Amino acid sequence: MTKMTSLPTRSGSRILSVGAARGDRLVPNEELVGPIDSSDEWIRQRTGIITRARVSDGSEAVDLAETAAKEAIERAGIDGSQLGAVIVSTISNTVQTPSMAALLTERVGATPAPAFDISAACAGYAYGVAQADALVRSGMAEHVLVVGVEKLSEIVDPTDRSISFLLGDGAGAVVVGPSDEPGISPSVWGSDGSHWETIRMTNTLGSMRDGQAWPTLRQDGPTVFRWAVWEMAKKAREALDAAGLEPGDLAAFIPHQANMRIIDEFAKQLKLPDSVAIARDIATTGNTSAASIPLAMHRLLEEQPELSGGLALQIGFGAGLVYGAQVVVLP
Amino acid sequence: MAFTKDEVLAGLADLVNDETGIATENVQLEKSFTDDLDIDSISMMTIVVNAEEKFDVKIPDDEVKNLKTVQDAVDYITGAQA
Repeated sequence: MTKMTSLPTRSGSRILSVGAARGDRLVPNEELVGPIDSSDEWIRQRTGIITRARVSDGSEAVDLAETAAKEAIERAGIDGSQLGAVIVSTISNTVQTPSMAALLTERVGATPAPAFDISAACAGYAYGVAQADALVRSGMAEHVLVVGVEKLSEIVDPTDRSISFLLGDGAGAVVVGPSDEPGISPSVWGSDGSHWETIRMTNTLGSMRDGQAWPTLRQDGPTVFRWAVWEMAKKAREALDAAGLEPGDLAAFIPHQANMRIIDEFAKQLKLPDSVAIARDIATTGNTSAASIPLAMHRLLEEQPELSGGLALQIGFGAGLVYGAQVVVLP
Repeated sequence: MAFTKDEVLAGLADLVNDETGIATENVQLEKSFTDDLDIDSISMMTIVVNAEEKFDVKIPDDEVKNLKTVQDAVDYITGAQA
């Protein structure tokens, strides 16, 4: 029997570049405290958030994705036509189908690249990087665009005290390409659907058709906090182990920007030395779910360009529950 | 070895102090975590996780909301000890 040919594989992949787009308006706490009977101090103390970036100019999520993606493509020194796949991680697509990725692929000049969306909430970007790494190393693609994008201001309830006041809009994009040395460690990723309702929508699209309210997001805050810190610290250590690294080897720690208290306690549990830069983009951008890690990476590299080439531990975690972590060489 | 109620109270007071800076002598049995000690839900969860480790007990998320006073926590922890 004639043998099938297989693709030549590659030894490694890495993030070549990162791009970012944030909602055009920074919404201060004062604007949100009325309906939740709260205060600027209360929000700052519990979340570390001073403002959240939200869209006020009518942009859709795909517009943010396009801006971030074009920056990443340009910085990677490639043309959109060189992309071998486009992966969009989002819970903000305006329709159930077609995917946001297909539209974005057309807008960045990457048609006919394979394009698909990932629904893995705040872990979506890490899931996308895991897949991009696999696609590049397997030889299936040379360059892969991964975009985390959300317009969470569409699913906030001004009277909700659990999560709405945390949420922002933005997009972060990376181009993953070939590397002689490993630039993305083995991904540690997974799910736990026994906690499916811990972070959830208030109702289904079907119930809305039957006259109920527009669905908005809710979470069981303390339960999420415990899981996000102590369970995710274990996964972060697994990712370091899988990479054969110690916390002291890291240049940066870029966790999902869920809440400053989670970031602080997480860093404490990991016993990160002071030499490790910790991403704290949440203070002004808010929680942008799938977009938060690449946005935080983008800011970190703007503020501390010397981190480029260093190792960063990135970990996303959120509704599902789902999580994904890997160590990456910073572009 | 099981901890006595006095030992649990003293240990709990240390954990509250570590997390919030509240003086240990103010952590008294009748005090409410939220109303009297002004401990928010995130700090409460941190104290709970540290108490699990210190006293070698499990305190499920569903139980945490029932721990309204220091007395509730001391009773739960002493009762949960193997």
